[in-house]
Amino acid sequence: MSSFHYFPHTSQDISAMLKRIGVNSIDDLYSDVPADYMYKGEYDLPEAMTEQEVRDFFEGLAAKNPKLKVFAGAGAYDHYTPAVIPYITQRSEFLTAYTPYQCEISQGTLRYIFEYQSMICALTGMDVSNASMYDGPTAAAEAMRMCVAQTKKRNTILVSNTLLPQVRGVIATYAKYYGVTVKEIAREGGQTSKASLKTLIAQGDVAGAIVPSVNRFGIIEDLSGFADALHADKSLLTVYCDPSALAVLKTPAEWGADIAVGDAQPLGIPLSYGGPYLGFMACLKEHMRKLPGRIVGQTLDKEGRRAFVLTLQAREQHIRREKATSNICSNQSLMALWVTIYLSLMGPVGLKQVNDLSYRRAHYLQRRLLETGKFEAVFPDSPFIKEFVLKPLVPAAELQQKLADSGFFGALETEDGYVSFCATEKCSKADVDAFVNALI
Amino acid sequence: MSKIIEGLKYCDTHEWVKVEGDIAVIGVTDYAQKEMGEITYVDCPDVDDEFQKGEEFGALESVKASSDLYSPVSGTVVEVNGAVVDGPELVNEDAFANWIIKIRMSDPAELDSLMDASAYKAMIEE
Amino acid sequence: MKYYDKLIFELSKPGRIGYSLPPVCEKCAGTDSIPASLRREVPPGLPQVSEVDVVRHYTNLSQMNFGVDTGFYPLGSCTMKYNPKINEEIASMPAFAALHPCQTNLTGVDEIFKGIDKALCEITGMKRFTFKPCAGAHGELAGLMIMREYHLSRGDTNRTRIIVPDSAHGTNPASAAVCGLDVVEVKSNAQGLVDVNDLKPLLDDTIAGIMMTNPNTLGLFEKDIKEIAYLVHAAGGLLYYDGANMNPLIGTVRPGDMGFDVLHLNLHKSFSTPHGGGGPGSGPVGVCEKLTPFIDVNVSGFHGNFGVILRAYAYILMLGRENVKMCGRLATLNANYIKESLKDLYKLPVTTICKHEFVFDGLINDGARDGKKGATTLDVAKRLLDFGYHAPTIYFPLLFHQAMMIEPTETESKETLDGFIEAMRKIAAEAAEDPDILHDAPHNTPVSRPDETGAARNLILKFQDACGC
Repeated sequence: MSSFHYFPHTSQDISAMLKRIGVNSIDDLYSDVPADYMYKGEYDLPEAMTEQEVRDFFEGLAAKNPKLKVFAGAGAYDHYTPAVIPYITQRSEFLTAYTPYQCEISQGTLRYIFEYQSMICALTGMDVSNASMYDGPTAAAEAMRMCVAQTKKRNTILVSNTLLPQVRGVIATYAKYYGVTVKEIAREGGQTSKASLKTLIAQGDVAGAIVPSVNRFGIIEDLSGFADALHADKSLLTVYCDPSALAVLKTPAEWGADIAVGDAQPLGIPLSYGGPYLGFMACLKEHMRKLPGRIVGQTLDKEGRRAFVLTLQAREQHIRREKATSNICSNQSLMALWVTIYLSLMGPVGLKQVNDLSYRRAHYLQRRLLETGKFEAVFPDSPFIKEFVLKPLVPAAELQQKLADSGFFGALETEDGYVSFCATEKCSKADVDAFVNALI
Repeated sequence: MSKIIEGLKYCDTHEWVKVEGDIAVIGVTDYAQKEMGEITYVDCPDVDDEFQKGEEFGALESVKASSDLYSPVSGTVVEVNGAVVDGPELVNEDAFANWIIKIRMSDPAELDSLMDASAYKAMIEE
Repeated sequence: MKYYDKLIFELSKPGRIGYSLPPVCEKCAGTDSIPASLRREVPPGLPQVSEVDVVRHYTNLSQMNFGVDTGFYPLGSCTMKYNPKINEEIASMPAFAALHPCQTNLTGVDEIFKGIDKALCEITGMKRFTFKPCAGAHGELAGLMIMREYHLSRGDTNRTRIIVPDSAHGTNPASAAVCGLDVVEVKSNAQGLVDVNDLKPLLDDTIAGIMMTNPNTLGLFEKDIKEIAYLVHAAGGLLYYDGANMNPLIGTVRPGDMGFDVLHLNLHKSFSTPHGGGGPGSGPVGVCEKLTPFIDVNVSGFHGNFGVILRAYAYILMLGRENVKMCGRLATLNANYIKESLKDLYKLPVTTICKHEFVFDGLINDGARDGKKGATTLDVAKRLLDFGYHAPTIYFPLLFHQAMMIEPTETESKETLDGFIEAMRKIAAEAAEDPDILHDAPHNTPVSRPDETGAARNLILKFQDACGC
């Protein structure tokens, strides 16, 4: 038997074990498998690599990707990650544990989830948060299902055109198979059109609407009157938000929302080619029984000590099966820890500072880009923090190539023919100047 | 031994019915609350919701389980017992004294197909 | 483990900071320039803590947690195998962490996806994979969507029902419901396997297919799979393989060869990526040739959990051709060894050979006597915590009322298994003598049994609920 450092068995071990079981060989334990199903011969896999070979292999692959300074957003934001975070999340007691079913030996996991739930509620103003979803788009899809469940006989969801395309795409996918009608709320300039919303509500059968707080153009939306229009019709408002921007922006609760969702990636989670990120979902108390996902609650143990447990499990798949609020089981727990540590380090002051610094950089970038004469302003009076769009007067592909040649990534094309840019606290003034110079 | 009250109608899904004119007062039996263990939530419908006989109208929840509630009669919900929503333990304390919903029956003849106390008693003792 | 009872909010003091950022220029415009009607009235109630206290707090929290690195974790159905550290190194390489998901022309990334796709196809007998699903249940949903698309493409709009064994994991019927399919249950026979006679009358042209796992949730190989595959295909349905139980098949049997048309894998189970306290995982979906046109289901925002995929690929490369064949075999050896070593004290509802996991149905002698209740599976699980082991999965599958599902995985040594066996034997002896020792367990953990009913009746779901702020 060849030695492999993840298999501890020696040949003596194997002999002794086979003897206890009462068979001659390990393959006797597969005697109930039809013989022609047992795979014969070698698998066409590469030869086993040593650790050093694995390192070299991946370093080689990493080097085959261009290293670019990111000036793009579109749902994934390049914010600074404090050094503390991976140091804690890599602790094996957090990393190699599973779902805290045995709460007596999982108080670490349960407590950080409770803290995370508390922080999401602090940011969004909602009453109850779950322990996480996969990402923002799937959280929005689950909000769609939750609206339909809460309003019982209604089967239409209104989705704003100004949501990111991947959010609209995932909602549409889930709606298609679940049997929900999706109607798009038109945009008016750079905002969701309230008139369009009202028209669609009047058509009836509306379970709810999903609109962004900061939209795909980076614009901060004015959602006044949205909740009133929906609630008058007994439908629900879901606000899709950037939790980092909620340091300063009006909360979903202040807008009258029933549900708040989004992706917490901007809270210090690295870009990592799109994942793992962190969907979050929170709601008002009256909807909490329909909230999907795990929820941690506080209680006491037999000795009267404060203890935390998974609670409201009767909503979940392992109890309700096909009647569960969702099929979600594993979520993104370690990323919830990541974000909890980030928010603990940042606090309300640091988080505002991240947004102020990003605001300054992005507005400077916008001014300098307009000065080049290669762009026209779009939605000029719309407020934004770190992301904005411009109308390019040269082809977007040309801009992207120039940028790439100088080591930058940006000028992403939107479905409306604009190009989008993003600048965060990770971009210095010199970076911005170099970025703009690359385009000239 | 589970408590049983004479004069009520019973379902094989462990709901009881007390008839008050054209209103059916509905709750769960002592047997049902014993089976559930400590009830943590009673999931109730809304006033004006309509149900057919045998249709699921809510659920009892405990920490580790969920048990659907089925309407013994067809009709419209006229009242929901807020006390059991706020205090689900009331159903454990006295399942017969704490009703869950009241339905205005659309077809009172359906009551005839429900069990009486002795038939229900026989069923749960099987 | 030591009881540490602080929450981060309780360490907060206004004016403390834990971050390192450049100062904001006082004169420059910032977010205060945003119209007041769009700004929140009060800053968010986040804690203000210095770096040292943050580090201490989370370090202390971690010490109340049990992971695979702490000790044996025989959680059935979860495949808690060792998480190699080289995987962590690869996943945190700055060059990968810095990639924006909208970037294109990433030759290195493309090679990674191609490489792992090819390897997983080889191991499972499928033709192509999608890596967008972020977890097993998410993969189930994606796989069911692919099945529906296939039927719809053939004008077969009637197939809106899916067959699920009564022994199936809860995510199977839940995923079916999310996908708009009605669930039809097929019964298990006395041997714990899908009852083919119960299956036959269920198969008609309203059936989209069957969702199965093999070995099933009892750890038993579905010997009739050939016939089941034939019957379902003949009725026009597809076979879905729930890869949660893939571990014993790694290097031994390929689901594709058994007739499965579509499957998901749990990278955080059989492919060694860490469980993270409940994620992130990854649930790639593999399909057979005829389903490849339908594989691009848009179920997540970007490309899936790339960081997790990197870890799994590193693991596969370390396993390589030489070691893959022992992976499933050693997992099966370990499970059978424990089963044989404890069957005299714990009830074994099915006595045939198992694969990577098996189920006990409680103690043979639970110590019940006049007036005193016997020790339940829950009691055994809690007492195991005192011995320094994580408990097995309990009360699943629902077929057995005192179910205890034990899955050791292949990365455990004989000594570890012997230690666990000895602990289980001691616990059985304790139960027979005085079940109260188990009723009061655990005694040696940071907290004892929690009041779960109280937690559900008096909901405190955030810090603000408890402190009234």
